[in-house]
Amino acid sequence: MASILFEDKTYDCNSGESVLDCLTRNGVLLPSSCRNGVCQTCMMHAVSGNIPEPAQKGLKDTLKIQGYFLACVCRPEQDLEIRQANTESMRHSGIVSAMELMNESVMRLRLRPIEPVEYQAGQFINLLHHDAARSYSLASLPGDGELELHVRHVPDGQVSSWIHQKLQLNDSIEFHGPAGDCFYVPGNPEQPLLLVGTGTGLAPLYGILRDAIARGHTGEIHLFHGSLHRDGLYLVDTLQYLASTHDNVHYIPCVLRGEAPEGGTIGAIDDVVINSLPKLNGWRSYLCGDPEIVRRLQSKIYLAGASMQEIHADAFTFTPH
Amino acid sequence: MHVMLICRKLLLSIYRRCCIPTIAVGYCGYTNLLEKGLHMSLYEEIGGEAAVNAAVDIFYRKVLQDDRIKQFFEGVDMDRQAAKQKAFLTMAFGGPNNYTGEDMRRGHAHLVAKGLNDSHFDAVMENLGATLTELNVPDNLIAQAAAIAESTRNDVLGR
Repeated sequence: MASILFEDKTYDCNSGESVLDCLTRNGVLLPSSCRNGVCQTCMMHAVSGNIPEPAQKGLKDTLKIQGYFLACVCRPEQDLEIRQANTESMRHSGIVSAMELMNESVMRLRLRPIEPVEYQAGQFINLLHHDAARSYSLASLPGDGELELHVRHVPDGQVSSWIHQKLQLNDSIEFHGPAGDCFYVPGNPEQPLLLVGTGTGLAPLYGILRDAIARGHTGEIHLFHGSLHRDGLYLVDTLQYLASTHDNVHYIPCVLRGEAPEGGTIGAIDDVVINSLPKLNGWRSYLCGDPEIVRRLQSKIYLAGASMQEIHADAFTFTPH
Repeated sequence: MHVMLICRKLLLSIYRRCCIPTIAVGYCGYTNLLEKGLHMSLYEEIGGEAAVNAAVDIFYRKVLQDDRIKQFFEGVDMDRQAAKQKAFLTMAFGGPNNYTGEDMRRGHAHLVAKGLNDSHFDAVMENLGATLTELNVPDNLIAQAAAIAESTRNDVLGR
């Protein structure tokens, strides 16, 4: 008989009983619908303990790796500690080690964590400031030793203004995380990868790109970075350099108005991507940035033949103040 | 009796090998044995989980491009939606599921509030039929799946 630890209470699971049934029996009501391991409404997160394979069927590999599972078909064979999906994870602190503007509004912020933080390039952390929290994606690789964030100065933004105007080197910052499902998964080194980002959506993609290269990815990697116009782009030289030194890496900066940098193009980024790559069967995609554009891209990429399991979308919903 | 059991096993093994990944099911000489008591469920005949997976890819893409109903799918998490389509098709193919009428009612109530009606349900049914036709499922099996889907109409529309 396995026991389940959930929200500081322990529940004894009868032999062959699912996590959902066990908790329901004890008066804990979790969201559920098909109760057959298909619709994913009952998805939860295991903090510790092994999840039996049938309870992860149909989940993306990035979720499996993190221990997400379906409660309605999870019949635990050993003790589990579980959480609702999307609950706050660990609290950390770090020291500001570098601050540098990469264009007029985007700052590269580096933090040296007090204790090691386990993460994958492309996940995000939630920076804490007074009573506010804001998500920023990790552009660094775990081996870098420091966390790298790309922070855009949002006009009148509470946290980004503080970062751009008040924060200093050696200040201490607290954050939660890491979290997120947009990261490179080794095991398929020849798979073609499509990375599309707008604005600071480049941050996770920059991490994922370098992660893929570092792990010996041989398949094509196409990185599209979109901005209203040229001023909003950054890391252009770095990315052009990566593309010129790696045969399989292609960098296409994309602007809506005005002139594009060399190798770039003018147009709406979702049109540019689909015109350039009309058939995406077998491709894995990572889409990060403006929610409206990410949603449109997700739909177009799926309609272009990509499998749902291979599309990783990270919409940057930003807080106005 | 003995001979019939061997034939049944042989036919089922041939069926399973031919059936996945395509789900074209021919009746051929099955009918005699079927009449004698060899019975496969609708779900097995259509092709089980492999059929559902093949169908979702076609069905969801059709629905996203159908002007009559695509608005109901806009702004919805695509991963969740695909998973729900899979659950729906599993049920429509007579597969294992634990949906109740109440689940269907609750799940669609917010769409009914936005104007979901018979014409939209009809459009979904049409896409389901077209999907199964594209997968070469025989007409009589399509009819059976359609009947199951049709039986959810009143619950889905909150009547």
